[in-house]
Amino acid sequence: MRKPRDTLKNPEQEVRLFRNRSLLAALLVILMSGALVARLVYLQVFQHEVYTTRSENNRVRVEPLPPTRGLIYDRNGRLVAENRPTYNLTIVPERVDDLDATLDLLVDILDLPAKEASVFRERAYQRQRPYQPALLMSELNEKQIARLAVNRYRLPGVEVEAQLLRYYPDPLIMSHVIGYVGRINAEELADLDRGEYSGTHFIGKTGVEKQYESVLHGKAGLRQVETNARGRVLKELGRTDPAPGKDITLTIDERLQQLAYDLLDDRRGAIVAIQPKTGDILAMASSPGFDSNLFVTGISYDDYKGLRDDHDLPLYNRAIRGQYPPASTVKPYMALAGLYNHVITPEKTIYDPGYYKLPDHDRRYHNWLRWGHGRVDMHRAIEVSNDTYFFTLAHELGIDRLSDFMHRFGFGEDTSYDVYGASSGLMPSREWKRERRGQVWFPGETLSVGIGQGYWLATPLQMATAVSVLANRGHWVTPHLAKRIGDETVDPPPAKEDIELDDGWWTLVRNAMGDVMSGSEGTARRVGAGLEYRMAGKSGTAQVFTLDNDERYNADELEERLHDHALFTAFAPIDDPQIAVAVVIENAGGGSSHAAPLAREITDAWLLPDDDALDEAAAEIRQRGSHATP
Amino acid sequence: MRLRDTAMLHYPRNASVRRRSTLWTRIHIDPWLCGILLVLLGAGLVVLYSASGQRLAVVEAQALRLGVALTVMVVLAQLSPKTLCRWSPVLYGAGLAMLIAVEVMGDIGMGAQRWLVIPGVIRFQPSELMKLAMPMMVAAYLQRQALPPRVRDILVCAVIMAVPVVLIAKQPDLGTSLLVACAGVFVVLLAGLSWRLIAFLVVLAAAAMPLLWFNMHDYQRQRVLTFLNPESDPLGAGWNIIQSTTAIGSGGVFGKGWTQGTQSQLEFLPERHTDFIVAVLGEEFGLIGMLVVLTLYLLIIGRGLLMANGAHDTYGRLVGGSIVLTFFIYVFVNIGMVSGILPIVGVPLPLVSYGGTSSVTLLAGFGILMAIHSHRRLLPR
Repeated sequence: MRKPRDTLKNPEQEVRLFRNRSLLAALLVILMSGALVARLVYLQVFQHEVYTTRSENNRVRVEPLPPTRGLIYDRNGRLVAENRPTYNLTIVPERVDDLDATLDLLVDILDLPAKEASVFRERAYQRQRPYQPALLMSELNEKQIARLAVNRYRLPGVEVEAQLLRYYPDPLIMSHVIGYVGRINAEELADLDRGEYSGTHFIGKTGVEKQYESVLHGKAGLRQVETNARGRVLKELGRTDPAPGKDITLTIDERLQQLAYDLLDDRRGAIVAIQPKTGDILAMASSPGFDSNLFVTGISYDDYKGLRDDHDLPLYNRAIRGQYPPASTVKPYMALAGLYNHVITPEKTIYDPGYYKLPDHDRRYHNWLRWGHGRVDMHRAIEVSNDTYFFTLAHELGIDRLSDFMHRFGFGEDTSYDVYGASSGLMPSREWKRERRGQVWFPGETLSVGIGQGYWLATPLQMATAVSVLANRGHWVTPHLAKRIGDETVDPPPAKEDIELDDGWWTLVRNAMGDVMSGSEGTARRVGAGLEYRMAGKSGTAQVFTLDNDERYNADELEERLHDHALFTAFAPIDDPQIAVAVVIENAGGGSSHAAPLAREITDAWLLPDDDALDEAAAEIRQRGSHATP
Repeated sequence: MRLRDTAMLHYPRNASVRRRSTLWTRIHIDPWLCGILLVLLGAGLVVLYSASGQRLAVVEAQALRLGVALTVMVVLAQLSPKTLCRWSPVLYGAGLAMLIAVEVMGDIGMGAQRWLVIPGVIRFQPSELMKLAMPMMVAAYLQRQALPPRVRDILVCAVIMAVPVVLIAKQPDLGTSLLVACAGVFVVLLAGLSWRLIAFLVVLAAAAMPLLWFNMHDYQRQRVLTFLNPESDPLGAGWNIIQSTTAIGSGGVFGKGWTQGTQSQLEFLPERHTDFIVAVLGEEFGLIGMLVVLTLYLLIIGRGLLMANGAHDTYGRLVGGSIVLTFFIYVFVNIGMVSGILPIVGVPLPLVSYGGTSSVTLLAGFGILMAIHSHRRLLPR
């Protein structure tokens, strides 16, 4: 097949062959070097600008300087939300020789359960670039910091770093007012200004923290630094300091808040107190409360489950989201509605046989006093809380006029200014029922609404707001929580239109409410005994459980959860109102016996100089403060 | 005609040249090659000082190793090509035995079995020895055959090459195994492998590519994928290549100045004083510096090829040529990898990167080249 070939070596031919091949190889070497040169020219000449930019971006890093979050004070300057230094554990995996061994060692040093090592392993790589520290753990305690310091030489790449963390000194009583901050989650991140929040880990989730997030957060600063690949800052090239968030002074008096919370005594309920002249919310307690500090660094599943599954719903802010039938507390407003619409005069009396019957109907709508109050005028109807009088009035008003008038007192609307998450309650109307329920309005339903039952729902905040408008003789002041932001006093927020009525009418209704406390027939006369000032009040007992026509309510036979809610609204002193209060206690029974005493304690504490309830509350707060661990 | 011209360069008849070269010939050192090598080594130390983060200790350590390597070069230059040829099979056999020993009981270093350790005495990479033993063995075999090689010779050479290459690839050290294979292949190619067979083998190699892919370790595949698209994993596998091209590109024509490269000095560049040292060169000395160093390499290769052509026998020519071409492959693969036109393989920049073993091997190779070249006159023609 092959050409016959000389098997002997032919040196001449071999030399020639080699020369040919090596010449060819030299050619190839030159070609390939040419390729390298072409690549270098491409990178260093044509792409020079691109890579210069890239290398500058590498070297120069813009570091956000997170602003310090504003503090929150109560109206007396007591700190209710502060920032405390805390220590975080971070690691740079690139600087660790044996990551697994180091993490195991850390778990050992920090005295953590062994399973934490796998959590650490996960967190060690949650970062944006190599050589950037990853957060392993926050809130190291002093013992852990000490043990880390001792073992530092065994832990290259591990750092303890200081950071400010939100802390609430009085979480149980203030949690529903202030809310809390928590780690920024993915949804929030999508809506945030990345520049402002790039150095911030926490954001307001509810309450004042959420409402005033933009004020409390402040403005982020930044600094340009030269770093090496390990992220170590070598020098600062430029800097804009952050502007810290503004402090907020609340209208809340923490002593009154403490007293209100203590008065609720872990029962389900709420107390809201407003200063009628200013609209300052003095207290806004919801019971039971919860420890908002748990939410700051991320609540554990067990803790959260405990709060979520608690039958008393501690996370539920009853003061602004609890919706209760306002019951008889609305009777003063009903009286004014009747006067305003000229369907009744103060002097007109009706006869109460113990029930009311709609014309041409047989169903009896009972007065709470089975045998009736006999002949009642407006003053007495309010004082004894006569139902028959208001059934009659409601029927004559009709639901349309009734509903319209009650909106002027803020029912069915959220009239608050800066209360995050406040509910608007429900003021039923003919249109509402048609739209929402697809049904016509029945005249009998107007009667229920006439005594604050039926579809009518209101929050304790709305009840307190309405009674403070009453205390102001119809002058509207919008309830609000922020008194001062930074050094500036908050302007009075825009308010609803004042309710202009004959001055005599206001006086009449207020005097009738005064007699609820002090009249011979007043429903709360036992609570009103010994008052050192004139107090106006109105009790309410909201049915949770609808009774059949002729059934009588028997508390013993009903499940506790089906008991009536006890309600009371009040303001005092009548001639110069300083405070308006609404008290709701769920399933406690009658308002005048169960809610009224709490209202009196609040007004007494606020108005009487020698009452020591506030001092005791202050002492309680101080004592707790001294026990709190820094 | 041209061939004659080159021949004249090799066989200087000029008496003065002859007299001058006799002085060097007596110590068997090629002054041209040695001179260029020393310039390159010096330049390398300058770059290394900057690349090591200006640590003089590193430069001193490297200088010491280079001293050892140069000594090895001078010693090997004294051997006659005949001796080298005779000892080639022994060297090859010893290398093979050590590769098998590594396979059985090797120390695992850097995630791969590469080192042979006699505790307290020496740590040694048998694959380094193979870089020289392989071409010597193939050349020693072909020395006895008539050239160009016949198919049977090619098959024998293929076996000689395949055994160590497979063993090294199994360590796993794909990069070195390919370089060792290259050294053998260059011998065969220089020996005059027929173009038809070359074409056939190229087709075969292309066909074997998928097979190679499926036998790769995950990290090896990752390197290839990263090479194809470094942006796919900018913080992980792509980091190296992004940072090295950034370093080179930002250097521009004149560079940022010695020890002034931000990419290298601020440690964005990984492996900056070993495999990626050329990026430091590119960043701090720019295109000019790169061209100067590349020129030095080409001068070494050019001089080496001329020396190989002047060898008195086939063995000398083949070994010399292979050593020189393999040297170029190191340069090409390293610069190609750092500048982003080749995938990342662990090949240092010859004689510049920090590291003793590879410098010793390379300078030993040049020692052999000098031996081959300088002993020609002492032997009968």
